[in-house]
Amino acid sequence: MKTIEELASQRILILDGAMGTMIQQLGLTEEDFHPKGMEQHEILLKGNNELLSLSRPEAIKRIHEQYLEAGADIVETNTFSATTIAQAEHKCEHLVRELNLASARLAREACDAFTKADPSKPRFVAGALGPTNKTASLSPDVNDPGYRAVHFDDLVTAYSEQVEALLDGRVDLLLVETIFDTLNAKAAFFAIDEVFEKRGERVPLMCSVTITDASGRTLSGQTIDAFMISMGHVDLFSIGLNCALGAAQMRPYLQVLAEHANCLVSVYPNAGLPDQFGEYRETPEVTASLVGEFMRDGLVNIVGGCCGTTPQHIAALAKEAAKHAPRKLPVIV
Amino acid sequence: MSIPTYSGLEPLRIFAGANFVNIGERTNVTGSAAFRKLIKEGKYDEAVSVARQQVENGAQVIDVNMDEGLIDGVQAMRKLLNLIAAEPDIARVPVMVDSSKFSVIEAGLKCLQGKGIANSISLKEGETEFLRQARIVRRLGASAVVMCFDEQGQADNFERRISIAERAYRLLIDKAHFAPHDIIIDPNILTVATGMSEHDHYAVDYIRAVSWIKKHLPGALVSGGVSNVSFSFRGNEPVREAIHTAFLYHAIKAGMDMGIVNAGQIGLYDDIPKDLLEHVEDVLLARRPDATERMVIFAERFKGAPSAEVVAQQAAWREGSVEERLKHALVHGIMDFIDTDTEEVRVALQDPVKVIEGPLMAGMNVVGDLFGAGKMFLPQVVKSARVMKKAVAYLEPYLLEKKRSLPLDQQGTGAKKILMATVKGDVHDIGKNIVGVIMACNGWEVIDLGVMIPCEKILKAAKDNNVDIIGLSGLITPSLDEMVHVAKEMEREGFTTPLLIGGATTSRVHTAVRVAPHYSHSVVHVIDASRSVPVVNNLLSDNESVRYAAEVKEEYIKVRAQYEGHERSKEYLPIAEARDKRFTIDWASEPPVKPKSTGVFPFRNFPIAQLVPYVDWTPFFMAWELAGKYPKILKDAVVGVEATRLFADAQQMLDRIVKENWLQAHGVAAIWPANSVGDDIEVYRDGARSETLGRFHSLRQQLKKAPGLPYMALADFIAPKNSGTTDHLGGFAVTVGHGVDERAKRFEQAGDDYNAIMLKALADRLAEAFAEKLHETVRKELWGYGNSEALSNEQLIKEDYDGIRPAPGYPACPDHTEKPELFRLLDAEKHTGIELTESLAMFPTAAVSGWYFAHPKSKYFGVGRISRDQLVDIAARKDRPIPEMERWLGSNLAYSSS
Repeated sequence: MKTIEELASQRILILDGAMGTMIQQLGLTEEDFHPKGMEQHEILLKGNNELLSLSRPEAIKRIHEQYLEAGADIVETNTFSATTIAQAEHKCEHLVRELNLASARLAREACDAFTKADPSKPRFVAGALGPTNKTASLSPDVNDPGYRAVHFDDLVTAYSEQVEALLDGRVDLLLVETIFDTLNAKAAFFAIDEVFEKRGERVPLMCSVTITDASGRTLSGQTIDAFMISMGHVDLFSIGLNCALGAAQMRPYLQVLAEHANCLVSVYPNAGLPDQFGEYRETPEVTASLVGEFMRDGLVNIVGGCCGTTPQHIAALAKEAAKHAPRKLPVIV
Repeated sequence: MSIPTYSGLEPLRIFAGANFVNIGERTNVTGSAAFRKLIKEGKYDEAVSVARQQVENGAQVIDVNMDEGLIDGVQAMRKLLNLIAAEPDIARVPVMVDSSKFSVIEAGLKCLQGKGIANSISLKEGETEFLRQARIVRRLGASAVVMCFDEQGQADNFERRISIAERAYRLLIDKAHFAPHDIIIDPNILTVATGMSEHDHYAVDYIRAVSWIKKHLPGALVSGGVSNVSFSFRGNEPVREAIHTAFLYHAIKAGMDMGIVNAGQIGLYDDIPKDLLEHVEDVLLARRPDATERMVIFAERFKGAPSAEVVAQQAAWREGSVEERLKHALVHGIMDFIDTDTEEVRVALQDPVKVIEGPLMAGMNVVGDLFGAGKMFLPQVVKSARVMKKAVAYLEPYLLEKKRSLPLDQQGTGAKKILMATVKGDVHDIGKNIVGVIMACNGWEVIDLGVMIPCEKILKAAKDNNVDIIGLSGLITPSLDEMVHVAKEMEREGFTTPLLIGGATTSRVHTAVRVAPHYSHSVVHVIDASRSVPVVNNLLSDNESVRYAAEVKEEYIKVRAQYEGHERSKEYLPIAEARDKRFTIDWASEPPVKPKSTGVFPFRNFPIAQLVPYVDWTPFFMAWELAGKYPKILKDAVVGVEATRLFADAQQMLDRIVKENWLQAHGVAAIWPANSVGDDIEVYRDGARSETLGRFHSLRQQLKKAPGLPYMALADFIAPKNSGTTDHLGGFAVTVGHGVDERAKRFEQAGDDYNAIMLKALADRLAEAFAEKLHETVRKELWGYGNSEALSNEQLIKEDYDGIRPAPGYPACPDHTEKPELFRLLDAEKHTGIELTESLAMFPTAAVSGWYFAHPKSKYFGVGRISRDQLVDIAARKDRPIPEMERWLGSNLAYSSS
């Protein structure tokens, strides 16, 4: 069977779409979010989507399957906020290992079934690591710019725990995504490198940054160029952009990545910018044609969707991707 | 990426052949007593401003060191770096975390989102510990400085330096997976002239080690802490400065990439007095055994010389009253304390408006007086303005608060208002911006509408804001006509507001002859920014204005009379006769050189570093109203000091332009088969000359000359079609302007007009340099007739080569309407992104376009004025209406068209 590296050299790979959007469409209630034994939890849990991997595993697995049916080569585990730091808000820190293991297993089962059905199109599980809800290089207190709500070492501890569990759950890749503070991402990769060294095994690494707005910078103030340099020490399988912007707004930053990155380039935009109700309304056709322009211009190797995208978006992207060759790596002199 | 890269919020890439990287050294408790004191006393806000100062002074990386017995290094490092992270203007540069304790380095790197530098690790405690530290540094995403130190101690001779460097380099690459360019070797800059003979070779060994490392350890960089070398001469700043300068000169030549330096303590190698330099180099290069003794004796005479005095003075000005301090800060352009000083006055006066009208304006008046008296120069004034703006920005919230509390009708500031605009079709604004700064410095409210402003908008804004003066600016000749139009419209709409006319192509004569007659109220030409304030003061003065206005009117009437008398006395040859007396080349004995290649050659993203040596600096100083030729101007008795300072600032910005890719340079050149047909030049698709691609029209001199002298037109330099000789014409368009406006705007928004103007002036120079460079490429390679040329930059500036490159809109071809044809043939918009405005100005403004004439006989000339017969003729040749051509060539008509 082909490795993901071999596949990537032949065609544009398809990443799945939004998990949150799909969960929202299920119309779940508060009870749905309470895993067994936590019916009396002191805090409301609705919206803590990672818990669904324990409480409604079949629903999460079904979402993975829908994306796989749509043509996704890679699906992300339902673990965006499955760190002790992010779960602390809901007092669910103790569940972190279990959440990551269960989420990895659901994605694994879904992918393995599809691979078995069609070995010519193997499917891969990417363990998703979100940014957490705290930033290591920004102060939440405007009157005390030197204050930090989280430190590098805290992040390393939290990410190490998540990475161990994801690897135990047999993910094929690790994806550090929606990076809005590069220092958080550096901590994630620091943890990953330590865990790899300890376990004597490694998987390919993906990273995806979020450019917040037209300023062209991350939330923590870096330009895309400076961000790339900050990631220079990590042996990456891919680097890319996701969230905050729609495809239409991402182009200038994607071009910088495409020009300089000596690894694959990924992009998974939101379905446009949200309207006044916070809804994403870009149709699959529009998303596919916008991302199709990136493909046509040879800017990308991996495409998928972020907030507001659905299996229909992914199917449209997969259809479009079949028409284009993947980006070639620049010759680095 | 295979080149060294670092990042803060923004990238720092070190390209091959890049200049020396300055690492700021003032945020170091071991090197700066002042900084140590701040940290010990917990004054972190001020410590942050030390960091800011360094970045403002051009440090590309800042070194932070907290190694002091009584300071908790880990805590202090974290605290300062976290505070710096919150300041985008500091955090944009990478940080070098400097400590002899690895725990401090580790803690520091964990605060950096960018790629920083660990300074340093070494083999002092053996390989195992070295590799452990190296792996952590790598895992934290930083580069490492390796000190040449091993288990035996510090390397203090050449052999030990290189053997440790090599050992560390191999270990880092083979065992810690470092990329070679992430290794920075510090081969120990140790103190010389200590009196101990074994120290004599410290400097020379360092320099030799630098060469060796650059040659034998591919990719590795070399750094060092420079101040150490001169430690024996502490207290004697002039000598230390000379030592640092000379040391760096030799070390950089040997390949030193970066260094921790006090940028203020580095001078120009060529400026070191010869006798001092000889003594310094004797010591540094260990050229004679008694070098130290001689140096120590020689150094005595410099003790207490200027630098040290300046240092003392600098401290002393902080002792004065707050009014004195504000004045000092404004006059000297010092930003550091302006917020605290402004706050002090605000609290004392309890009224932000009074702060501005009182002490701040008092300071600016001194600046204005000194400028008026020729004791301050434009660059200094612009820096003063930057300080003033910062003070006003500080007061802004208080001003708003105060405004809100006043009844509506009293909310105006009461300041006089000047409206400024670059007229429709023109995009040049350096001069206008300078005048704006000067006016603002003098208490005026400046309403700057920007560039390409149509007449209606100018007049509407003038009415809406009830302005006291209108100032129009323009650089290209069609703008003159637009100014006339504005004057006519002002008359029609019944304005009485005085009108100022400025810009490079404007003149007193033009204003008097063509603008003033159309407006019944005051019209005054302002030759440069320094004249703007006296002119407006006179125009608006309660008791002087009437007299002054009458005076100007009278003067202009005289100018007009003189001009008309002068013009009447001039004789012009009929165009047919001028053509008979054309400039002739004997094409048979001096045949044109056949180009090696023809066609259109785009140059996208041309490396700006390659343009820098081609810059002609003299016009740069002119842009800042400093008169004199470069490089002599740097030593000029009057403006030398300021010119040198300005030049240093320019170099610093140029460095950043290059390293940080601020601007993009695009160009296109072309060589076409061509022949002249009458005064036109036909351009052909190929040597067969059967298909005409396009046609240029040249204008011929008509002003009567002494007998025997030719009447020139550009077409004379191209072989006529009927001569049977195939000739060629070249064309080009270049710009270095992409990226200028965005960045200049950022400076302007930050109140930093100095750097905004600096950037625009530099971009203009780079565009000219690009034109020079491209011309050389064409001569040497594409056309290929100048391959034996070996010209210095001075010779290039003097154009000591064969051939010319005249530009449409300039004296040899005053007709701007030739530009669209040139652009079409070059496909210039596609290749360079330069657009033409309706007045045919190029945008971006840092752009040059023109033709290449290769014949050795071709030379620059001015067409001067033309008679109506030629105007009618050119209108017919170009198939354009006569009045339209009269408008375009308005400044070149030897008759009155209206």
